[in-house]
Amino acid sequence: MLGVITGFIDELRAAGVPVSMVEAIDGMRAVEAIEIGERVALRETLRATLIKNQRHERAFDTAFDVYFSTVPLPDSTPIEEGSRPDLPPPDRGDGSERAPFDIDALLDDLLQALARLDEEAMRRGARTAVDELAGMEPGRPVGGTYYLYRTLRRLDLADLEARLIEALMEDEDLSEFDQRLLREEIETRLERLRQEIEEEIRRRLVADRGRDAVARTLRRPLIEDIDLMHATTRDLQEMEAAIGPLTRKLAARLARRRRKRAGRLDFRRTMRKSLATGGVPAEPQFRHPRPHRPEVWLLCDISGSMATFSRFTLQFTHAMATHFSKLRSFAFVDTIDEVTDFFGAGVDFGSALQRVTTEAEVVWLDGHSDYGNSLETFNTTYGRQLTPRTTVIITGDARNNYRPPRDKVLGEIAEAARALVWLNPEPRAYWDTGDSAMSHYAAHCTSVHEVRTLRQLEQFIEELTLPGTRASQNA
Amino acid sequence: MNLESPRSVADALRSVDYLPDDRISQVVFLANRLDKPILVEGPAGVGKTELAKSLARITGRDLIRLQCYEGLDEAKALYEWNYKKQLLRIQSDVDHDWGEIEQDIFSEEFLLTRPLLEAIRSEAPVVLLIDEVDRVEVETEALLLEILSDFQVSIPELGTMAARTQPIVVLTSNNTRELSEALKRRCLFLHIDYPDAQREQEILAARVPGLSEHLAAQVARVARSIRSLDLKKAPSVSETIDWARTLLALSIDDVDEEILGDTLHVLLKYQTDIEKAAKELTSSPRA
Ligand SMILES: Nc1ncnc2c1ncn2[C@@H]1O[C@H](COP(=O)(O)OP(=O)(O)OP(=O)(O)O)[C@@H](O)[C@H]1O
Ligand SMILES: [Mg+2]
Repeated sequence: MLGVITGFIDELRAAGVPVSMVEAIDGMRAVEAIEIGERVALRETLRATLIKNQRHERAFDTAFDVYFSTVPLPDSTPIEEGSRPDLPPPDRGDGSERAPFDIDALLDDLLQALARLDEEAMRRGARTAVDELAGMEPGRPVGGTYYLYRTLRRLDLADLEARLIEALMEDEDLSEFDQRLLREEIETRLERLRQEIEEEIRRRLVADRGRDAVARTLRRPLIEDIDLMHATTRDLQEMEAAIGPLTRKLAARLARRRRKRAGRLDFRRTMRKSLATGGVPAEPQFRHPRPHRPEVWLLCDISGSMATFSRFTLQFTHAMATHFSKLRSFAFVDTIDEVTDFFGAGVDFGSALQRVTTEAEVVWLDGHSDYGNSLETFNTTYGRQLTPRTTVIITGDARNNYRPPRDKVLGEIAEAARALVWLNPEPRAYWDTGDSAMSHYAAHCTSVHEVRTLRQLEQFIEELTLPGTRASQNA
Repeated sequence: MNLESPRSVADALRSVDYLPDDRISQVVFLANRLDKPILVEGPAGVGKTELAKSLARITGRDLIRLQCYEGLDEAKALYEWNYKKQLLRIQSDVDHDWGEIEQDIFSEEFLLTRPLLEAIRSEAPVVLLIDEVDRVEVETEALLLEILSDFQVSIPELGTMAARTQPIVVLTSNNTRELSEALKRRCLFLHIDYPDAQREQEILAARVPGLSEHLAAQVARVARSIRSLDLKKAPSVSETIDWARTLLALSIDDVDEEILGDTLHVLLKYQTDIEKAAKELTSSPRA
């Protein structure tokens, strides 16, 4: 078992989950304290000791299924490793020895199991379904999804769903409202069945090919390593949870000033307090240091080439709006418009996004990126409102459709602001290739960063140091 | 009560009306077995704080709570010298030499214990709840590390003070900020999410006396349905409990679209969320 746990930890690391030495040892030690032959106990013990971030739980679950699929579940018949006929012999075509399989009987069993929410029966049904319908062949180099698809097609879940609805709705005289709630309940039960089948297939693949090989094919990048330019909607939704803490960290970074301990001594309050101690100033009172309110302006390229990334940056903007009282945001394609008012407290992201895409005036000519015009328009319209406390952050790929970069204006913006930071979602190696004018713009920036993933965004925030505001330098 | 297996932990928690899932009871069992702190993370109102309170209840221990906030410092979390008392002692004593006085005024008698030190010094074992730890600054987190790993506190004038008894330590976080790796490494991590409909129904049955099974099932299903929408703030368990209580107070025994529409504001706090949920749940069902 210890060997398997080591392999499992290696797999987690290979998938990008940071498991430290200390945590690995903790995990092993914790496993010694539990009933090892029980899957749920083992899973939750390893999870609590090895995973310290909810974002990594999906990778954990996938790998756990592969490495420990043969550990029995509580209250169920044990599954012996290797000794069971995991894979039926390849069909020899004569079909002589096997009793004909009765799919209707299986469907009836499954229907019963789903209606009564009998997990053990569901699992048994899933096992039979995979036995009979998946047509798994040893050594065949196809993935689990292929077998899953084959099994589900024969099972016809849609039909099963219809029968389940009928079965559960017949005895009660349900209102339309209740029917709808029941439908959702049924969907979750079917999803459970689907997962059971998937797990069963995975278990057999593991028996056939070994844990490491199966784990490798199932490995997906962690959410923080997914390329922001190619993230799916679901990825983006998952990222949303991570963005909140990140923006708070950024807010704290930007607010940080040169270290000064508590504020100045408050002489009057100290003296007044000292009356309680016979005039001895026993508790010096300090003025609270005035909090530094950072001003941030975000300029986001929302052109077509940036579709996915700009959704991400707008999510980021949205989260920022809740942490910064002084955030202004702008969107641009070939010209620029302020979108600050679309975000803020009490607004959900969906409607903010909707307003940015329908109301913001970001297209002037042809809807192809024009950084030069956008920046010049920005400077003429808003440039005078920049102050030495403003940090300007531009997000975009600097792909200018071979138009002149007109980067001089960026120098003026940088001059007027506290700092100018550029975040580019393209790999550094692509900068300045084709129509990218990155180095023209980079020349005027305080710093430029490749931000292709959540991890890189985190790193950028972690390492950010900006010049102190000029006001405070003079003081 | 005995916490000798995950199952007995689960039974004990249930007996004080806290409904755990497998994960919660396993982690509590481990924490007790390995003497490790638990870091509980999850959205608002899923029972993080309540878990610590329930642990105190089932073990018969006192609950010592350190509520974290921005700006919390050592003097409020750990200990502070009682200046006033020290000063009075100095003024009232003219006979002894300074060396003696100094030793005297930096003794435990002049110490104002704050929650962390209190937990360490307690004669009887306690449950220490460090609530919403993500609210303190990273620098303040360092304060906690010594306590979490060795259950001891160093006070320059007094030396190291070790725990007299082993506390059960629970930290909670809403994850508004990433906690430091050092802190996480010392803890068992427990992410609590919204309960599934079945467990939520059980929670409702335990927490809202007089609620019919039918209504509890409806409330739990509506909550699940609403949480699947893309909202600014999903309803928490405490909000579904409030909603169930409201329905009960209005003598409603069956929820329909109209009643839902009229009482959604108990479940949801934002107007845009209320509108969205009303639109999704009270229109005719999808085909
Ligand atoms: N598993 C549970 N069993 C019984 N009651 C529960 C459970 N989970 C939540 N509750 C109920 O929900 C209420 C809110 O829980 P609690 O205050 O612990 O939330 P929390 O996670 O600490 O939230 P916050 O992040 O807002 O502090 C509790 O008072 C309790 O009534
Ligand atoms: Mg709480």
